[in-house]
Amino acid sequence: MIRTRGLRKTFRTGRRRKSTTVEAVAGLDLTVGEGEIFGFLGPNGAGKTTTLRMLATLLPPDGGEAVVAGADLRTAQAEVRRSIGYVAQGGGTWDDVTAREELVLQARMHGIGRAEAQARAAEALDAFDLTAFADRNCRTYSGGQRRRVDIALGVVHRPKVLFLDEPTSGLDPQSRSHMWDEIRRLRTAGMTVFLTTHYLDEADALCDRIAIIDGGGIVAEGTPTELKRGIAGEVVTLEVADHAAKAAEVLAALDCVRSAEVRDEGDVRLSVDAGETAMPRVMRALADVGVELTTIELHRPTLDDVFLTKTGRSLRES
Amino acid sequence: MKTLRDTWLVFQRHMLLLGRSPLSILLGVAQPVVYMALFAPLLKPALASMGADSMTDAYRIYVPGMLVALALGGGLYVGFGLLAELASGVIERARVTPVSRVALLLGRALRDVVVLVIQAAVIIVLAMPLGLFVHITDLLLAYALLALITLTSSAVSYGLALKVSDPNALGQVVNNIAQPLMLLSGTLLPLALAPLWLRRISDVNPFSRAVVGMRALFAGHAGDSSVWQGIALLAAVALVALAWSARLFARSVR
Repeated sequence: MIRTRGLRKTFRTGRRRKSTTVEAVAGLDLTVGEGEIFGFLGPNGAGKTTTLRMLATLLPPDGGEAVVAGADLRTAQAEVRRSIGYVAQGGGTWDDVTAREELVLQARMHGIGRAEAQARAAEALDAFDLTAFADRNCRTYSGGQRRRVDIALGVVHRPKVLFLDEPTSGLDPQSRSHMWDEIRRLRTAGMTVFLTTHYLDEADALCDRIAIIDGGGIVAEGTPTELKRGIAGEVVTLEVADHAAKAAEVLAALDCVRSAEVRDEGDVRLSVDAGETAMPRVMRALADVGVELTTIELHRPTLDDVFLTKTGRSLRES
Repeated sequence: MKTLRDTWLVFQRHMLLLGRSPLSILLGVAQPVVYMALFAPLLKPALASMGADSMTDAYRIYVPGMLVALALGGGLYVGFGLLAELASGVIERARVTPVSRVALLLGRALRDVVVLVIQAAVIIVLAMPLGLFVHITDLLLAYALLALITLTSSAVSYGLALKVSDPNALGQVVNNIAQPLMLLSGTLLPLALAPLWLRRISDVNPFSRAVVGMRALFAGHAGDSSVWQGIALLAAVALVALAWSARLFARSVR
């Protein structure tokens, strides 16, 4: 649904003489499949919004190529615009206009006729649970309501691809989880969703696939599970009453265990591919050789661990 | 066809917004009204050089000039509204749709024309008891002239707002353009007393032609050559300004 090759954007900053160029996006290759929720994860300033704005025809790329919903981004912008919805980070509504009026206008700007636009607006209001205050001015809405209006505006013309820039930024936890449900519902309806986020939990819980972007380039790409498993596998830590060395030796022989070591504290640390299937086998193996197990714990790497491994710093710090 | 439809869409939205904050229209009239009350009496001696023997004559000369100043000055400041819209994201929202780029400009500029028509009506009505009189056909021609001036000034202002983008800088730029244009058009101060070189410069200022045309209309001389010349000249200027500004709107940058 989206494919880019070597997509590039450079910004000039500073005065004319002392101008320096900043490579905001440096040769981006990515592919987003139909019906996917694709997450673009990275710290602020990594190039997420720039990429999104390029794909949404708002910013001309300096190089590379991209195809969005079957149309060439460089030569067929009008065609791209017909197939996409875009929701900016800050949204975009007039304060003195109602959500219904905004939705009708947005549908009509997409070339939809008056009667059909009215119907689409009513439908979108209903779908996003906005009907109760549809005829109140936008300035009266709460943060969560306003965000739902923004997203309704992005989908009122039923686009094939929806671009969301930080859809839950600044929302309270309850509104966030509502928003996640809304976005999943859009995928169920067959829409491809491309979103940016700097929340690890959001990328993890919501996205089918993720690309981690840092310094204008992609440093890792895959499903959240693949990414997490890809770096170090999962870690099982166990404590035994005694014979720690023997336990490690026995467990290292299991094919689901990549490596086993006895740590200074006397506990055993196992590196495994899939913790949930490895743990029962570990327990059975220890029982077979008569080693008594006191505690067992599974540690799954987070996306932050992935980010840390790939970039050398934590996403929370950057 | 699509451009017309989209222009109508954008225009409708802005008329809706205008209807919800009508105070802004009246605030725009406040300054010209004060000028009319205070400046015109003050300038009566100076306007005598243009054939004003009475207060009534002074208003007949002063008010048309002030209407041009209103169209010119009011229009030049609409860019600030566009900057606010850019900041709020509503422009970006429109830009991701296939809506006509020219319509984004035209719809707004036409709203500005409507604002001016209302403001001019308020001033003309207020000036009537003071002796201002105009035939309805002359008034329509005067409105045509004012509409062209507003289209020009607002198109220029939107273009500048897109280029400058910083509200403080925009204020400076607009002031630096508005002041000389106003002075050299003889709208507020008559140029009859000006030295020759100043009058020569003013002769090439299209708005000064417009002022002459306006005064002819309010004097009841619709057949005066300054009228059709003014309209033709301003139509050309408005077209150039709209074309320039529409090009900036169309560029998908920002």
